[in-house]
Amino acid sequence: MIEALEARGLKKAFNGVKAADDVSVVIRSGEIVSLIGANGAGKTTFVNMVTGYLKPDSGTILSQGREITGLKPREITRLGVCRSFQIPQVFNDLSLEENLLVAVNVALKGAARSHSPLRNAGNRNARQMADEILVRFKLEDYRHNRANEVSGGTRKLLDVGMATISHPRVLLLDEPTSGVASNEKFAFMDVVMNALADEEVAVMFIEHDMDIVRRYAHRVIVFHEGRVLADGATEDALNQDDVKRYVTGSAA
Amino acid sequence: MLSLQRNVALGALALTIALAVLGAFVPEWILYTCALVLAKGLVVLGLCLLLRMNLVSFGQGLYYCAGAYICGLVSQMGISDAFFLTFLAALGSAVVGLILGLFLSGYRSVFFAMFNLALSMILYGVLLKSISLGGSDGVGVAAPTYLGYAPDGEMRLYVFFVFALAVAGASSVFAFLYTKSEMGLASASVKDCEIRLEYLGLSVRYLIIFNFVIASTLAGIGGALVAMVSGHIIPELAYWTTSGEFVFITVLSGPNGILSAFGATAVFETIRLVAGQNMPNSWQMLLGSFLLLSILFMPNGISGLFRRAKAPKPDAVGEGINND
Amino acid sequence: MDIAFAIFADGIIYGAWLFLVAIGLTLVFGVMKILNVAHGALYAIGAYAAATLVNSSFFGQIEGMAVLIVMLAGAVIAALLLGPFLERVLLRLFYERDEIVLLLVTFGLSLILEDLIKLIWGVYSHYVPGPYALFGDVEIGPLFYVGYDFFIVGLAVVVGLGTYLVLNRTNVGKVVQSVIHDDEISRAMGINVARVYLGAFTFGVFLATLAGAFTAPMIAITPTIGVNAIILSFAVVVIGGLGSIQGAAIGALVVGLSRASAINLWPEAELFVIYAVMSLVLLVRPEGLFGQIQQRKI
Repeated sequence: MIEALEARGLKKAFNGVKAADDVSVVIRSGEIVSLIGANGAGKTTFVNMVTGYLKPDSGTILSQGREITGLKPREITRLGVCRSFQIPQVFNDLSLEENLLVAVNVALKGAARSHSPLRNAGNRNARQMADEILVRFKLEDYRHNRANEVSGGTRKLLDVGMATISHPRVLLLDEPTSGVASNEKFAFMDVVMNALADEEVAVMFIEHDMDIVRRYAHRVIVFHEGRVLADGATEDALNQDDVKRYVTGSAA
Repeated sequence: MLSLQRNVALGALALTIALAVLGAFVPEWILYTCALVLAKGLVVLGLCLLLRMNLVSFGQGLYYCAGAYICGLVSQMGISDAFFLTFLAALGSAVVGLILGLFLSGYRSVFFAMFNLALSMILYGVLLKSISLGGSDGVGVAAPTYLGYAPDGEMRLYVFFVFALAVAGASSVFAFLYTKSEMGLASASVKDCEIRLEYLGLSVRYLIIFNFVIASTLAGIGGALVAMVSGHIIPELAYWTTSGEFVFITVLSGPNGILSAFGATAVFETIRLVAGQNMPNSWQMLLGSFLLLSILFMPNGISGLFRRAKAPKPDAVGEGINND
Repeated sequence: MDIAFAIFADGIIYGAWLFLVAIGLTLVFGVMKILNVAHGALYAIGAYAAATLVNSSFFGQIEGMAVLIVMLAGAVIAALLLGPFLERVLLRLFYERDEIVLLLVTFGLSLILEDLIKLIWGVYSHYVPGPYALFGDVEIGPLFYVGYDFFIVGLAVVVGLGTYLVLNRTNVGKVVQSVIHDDEISRAMGINVARVYLGAFTFGVFLATLAGAFTAPMIAITPTIGVNAIILSFAVVVIGGLGSIQGAAIGALVVGLSRASAINLWPEAELFVIYAVMSLVLLVRPEGLFGQIQQRKI
């Protein structure tokens, strides 16, 4: 079986500080995996390496058996590894519908050079696809609002929605619930997980809230000082002593 | 959406014909100014496409001047057909735009503005000292002919006006459809978030080059028109203050309009014409104040005034958090 | 050999003058991230202010080196009248906006100031001939130089070193450095960023008027000198790296020496050379010789 994502021996140092120290991880399609760890433990560095924002000093990354180490973000994206961001990376001045249309056109046409300079971006086909995402992510009510007019949570949904349009094989969500009001976090994650339920995708999300982790993750990968401290089924991993001591802070 | 394309084309055609008819009844100096507005408006139209990406070129005079010189120098060789000259100028400036765009696409903000400025000043410096290209005196441009038809006397200016109108009309239809197109929408999102575009799988650089080439082509066409209407070209077309003037009009127009590009150019030329005659030492002050006020109160220029009226109300969806 | 020396001397003299003209531009960009297009017009105003004072009936009787003090006074008065006013009343309105919008704002400002100059001082030329002869002529080998040119070199060194030392060796400098580094964190640390902006912009204006005031004796002062000064300053600060004082010094020398080489060897290429060098630097080192790029965090 070919793994959705496989990282082997990733290393990355910033000015001597090891942000990733021999990180090896395997994720299969259909899994929902949470990445946890203190700030600076190496979670975001890992996501940034996988998605091509950072180049690892050494190690390899494969997706569906294809090596993607050191490729550009847009190349990795086209190979089915997509991501959302801690701070939503959306087009503030465009309406939510237009935001999704940009993404839809990319999903339909691929690279920029295949985009038509004359064909209407909001053609029926594209609009249908955008509509479908608007509905799935419960964004219909705001379709004509500009992205900078809607709440932080709505922008986060849009961000995830845009990453989902091209049916990725691997979806990395960088702190999806940060910036979402605490009483809306579960509702937010429900929307996201329901929207992804029919996708054939491996989901990885960085999360600090252990309630969210327990509720949504099948498996947890714990980072500590650039290393993988624990990797296993959610409760097993969270119950390890060193995880409690270093990460969840619930040690007796 | 074929109907959209047809409607826009028909609307533009109707407007063009109406203006062409109207042009037959106005005095020569107005006709001349209008032709100038159409030429410069094309350059502004191109800059609007760049402004949509938050790119401001303080060197668009380079392509404007290149188009004008291609037109002028070729007309010196005895080829005077307006269609051919315009085509040649468009082609030439597109090639220059493509070559330079390959480099310029890596730059943003003031660096983009300054790199363009430097390049246009190179052309200015070269033209100023090239005796064979007329040096600082410039070059004369032969009166244009139209597929063998050579109007004379009063008809000369009017026929040119109609020609310029047709060129501007066709360019505007293209620009309109372009801004609504797949490529156009992706381009409009560059200014908000390049990272998202790259993570959708698009090359921002490609988008910038594409728009840059369109902008250069439009500037080259504008340059050719100016060369034909004024009958004379000089290196100052590439000087940075010429480019600054275009930037000025572009900001006034705002990035999102087609007609507003020509409207803003008309406002600019009118102020220059009227104020320049009546108060030669303070019309720039008027323009400068105008620019500051429009940046302050109309961040999207003239085009923004119309756009805002159409946008839906921001309903109670919480406060927008601007994280950039 | 003589040509090499002439190029060297011309380059240094011209470079020193360029540095004097451009240092305020780079300083204001460094602190406020504003590429001030109006810098050229402010330079022109400095020249007019100095001319007005020196040629006035009251100060006109002053002779000798004291004239330099009068010129300095002209620069100071112009800077104090304009700097705080422009920063407090005008620029402040646009601080939330993009870098490129501020470029456009200062572009509008430059148009306004240019006409203000015409309204106050008219369109004909003004002259301040006296001081140019103050330092006599200097003979170096077969070449003659005007002593005043070397005074400009000295002034550039003093102004450059002074600004550098204030920024790097004093408490005021540390505060400014902190704002340059990150204005939001500085604000959080209790630094009065608004005051730093006011001070930095006013000082930047002063550097412009100072350059104008001391250029006045060398030229015919006309309303267009500002446009020519700013376009050269752009080349200097972009080559050196926007916001860097050392960079401006190097940029000024690069432009000065390139122009001197062109004038002595290939006069037709004077303008071409300056902007070719500018383009080349942008191409090879977009952030300029001394500039720094910041990687965006996601």
